[in-house]
Amino acid sequence: MSISSAAGVGRARGAPASGSGHAGERAARARTLGVRSIALGYLALLLLAPVAMIFYRTFEHGVGQVWSAVTQPNAQHAFWLSLEIVAIVVPLNTVFGVGMALLLERGRFWGKGLLGVLIDLPFAISPVVVGLAIVLVYGKTGWFGDWLAGHGIQVIFSVPGMVLATAVVSLPFVVRETLPVLRELGTDGEQAAATLGATPWQSFWRVTLPGIRWGVVYGVVLTTARALGEFGAVSIVSGRIEGQTETLPLYVQDRFENFDLTGAYAAAVVLALLALATLLAMNLMTRRTRRRAQA
Amino acid sequence: MECPLPNSADTLAIRERRLPLLGGRGSGVLGKGLLGIYLTALVLLPIAALLTKAVSGGPGAFWREISSPEALAAIKLTLAASAIVVVVNAIFGTIIAWVLVRDDFPGKGVVNSLIDLPFALPTIVAGLVLLSLYGKGSPVGIDVAFTRAAVGLALLFVTLPFVVRSVQPVLLELDLSMEEAAASLGAGPLAVLRRIVLPSLMPAMISGVALSFARALGEFGSLVLITGDLPFKTEVGSVYIFGQIQNDSLPAAAAVSVALLLVAVVVLGVLSFVSQRQSRHVL
Repeated sequence: MSISSAAGVGRARGAPASGSGHAGERAARARTLGVRSIALGYLALLLLAPVAMIFYRTFEHGVGQVWSAVTQPNAQHAFWLSLEIVAIVVPLNTVFGVGMALLLERGRFWGKGLLGVLIDLPFAISPVVVGLAIVLVYGKTGWFGDWLAGHGIQVIFSVPGMVLATAVVSLPFVVRETLPVLRELGTDGEQAAATLGATPWQSFWRVTLPGIRWGVVYGVVLTTARALGEFGAVSIVSGRIEGQTETLPLYVQDRFENFDLTGAYAAAVVLALLALATLLAMNLMTRRTRRRAQA
Repeated sequence: MECPLPNSADTLAIRERRLPLLGGRGSGVLGKGLLGIYLTALVLLPIAALLTKAVSGGPGAFWREISSPEALAAIKLTLAASAIVVVVNAIFGTIIAWVLVRDDFPGKGVVNSLIDLPFALPTIVAGLVLLSLYGKGSPVGIDVAFTRAAVGLALLFVTLPFVVRSVQPVLLELDLSMEEAAASLGAGPLAVLRRIVLPSLMPAMISGVALSFARALGEFGSLVLITGDLPFKTEVGSVYIFGQIQNDSLPAAAAVSVALLLVAVVVLGVLSFVSQRQSRHVL
């Protein structure tokens, strides 16, 4: 597959059908330029110009203001709370994701297709609906509301609920990214390890995990980005209590609605920089896998 | 007839016993149990609670909730805006994918990585980003804030990567010889596009369109700041649901949630059906 795609690229870069004369070539060149300007113009208007604008607006009054905005106690609290949630959600979803991918790829049982659909479901549901569904189970009037209150556990309007909501919306990433890598890896290495007397755990740590690590890492990057930026679901389950249950995305909205544009822009730029770092990481990783595929 | 080789059932049994971690039937009961509990707590129970709440008052109540004037207006706007947005995505997404695969220009790699930015950028930041250029005090004199155009703009932004990323790999694998053959037989560029390129890209375009549509149906964060959440004007389904939760009318929120969820599930179901048929067709 890698060979055929490499050949395809090689030919795509080469000259198109020859022998159509100078006029034909000029027309083809004009068409290429036209299509290119449409594509790049659309991207510039929708994507590049607005993102550039927010950086400009943030820094137009100097870096000092931005710095004092992001070092506000509430901004700091929101930042660290976001990181705390990420630090809980990402390991949980990574372990779940790798385990579930193994189960879906290697297991044979009834209802496997349904299980796959269930795992992808968070992508088809609005984050707001995820928040609502969590409130209906773990909220005060929810299914487990009385039991949780009786044991003095508060889920909604506090960090556990926010962790739960974030875990749901970022659930499918690691499963989805690990599954195809696992399929490609096959079971030959594991069977060889088993014949040589390795226990299942040994073969998992020494054979399977090294084989799928880039798929897992890619999934982890996507999970982290989503968990950092989650807004809708967390907005519902957190109650948005300033300085207590406000994550960085919620803080952006709070500042904007309180007419503190500097604060909103500064926090948004912090999140945008983290998003750009995510893109960079994704880019480096796909380049690495592509190089490996060609080797 | 005696056969020295183990039959396929035996081989399967051996394979199964050797398959490590979670592969075999008996192994990893604890692991499977934990996976099941996690999935139940995070997905199964919440979905079950949502469905129960939506139908708790009977089908009549469910229908009344989703056909109340404000709910209906929000659902209609969501469907219409999503439909328009996916058509624009289908056209521009395919053009962008085309340029990224067939064209060559300095900085193409950077453009290619930036396509994923809407996926990486938090949705609330996406809204603010659009507002800073196309909102009040816009340096280019375009102010779409609190209008229906803002709904479309925000949805276009967050769904941009779907069609591009679906079409791009197909275009990369597409055999150029068919196009060359058609051109050498006298087909003009438009005929080649319509008769050869587009039919091959169609399944990928449909897949990207379905994913954008499902995403657009549920989008919330990017719309909060830029649309102003005006009922009957810029209020989409997810924003309506949010409002109902804040007003403590959970049955109304649950009913509209289930209605939108059903549309998304149908769209994605049709997508998987189409893609399965397509792959059978290829085989």
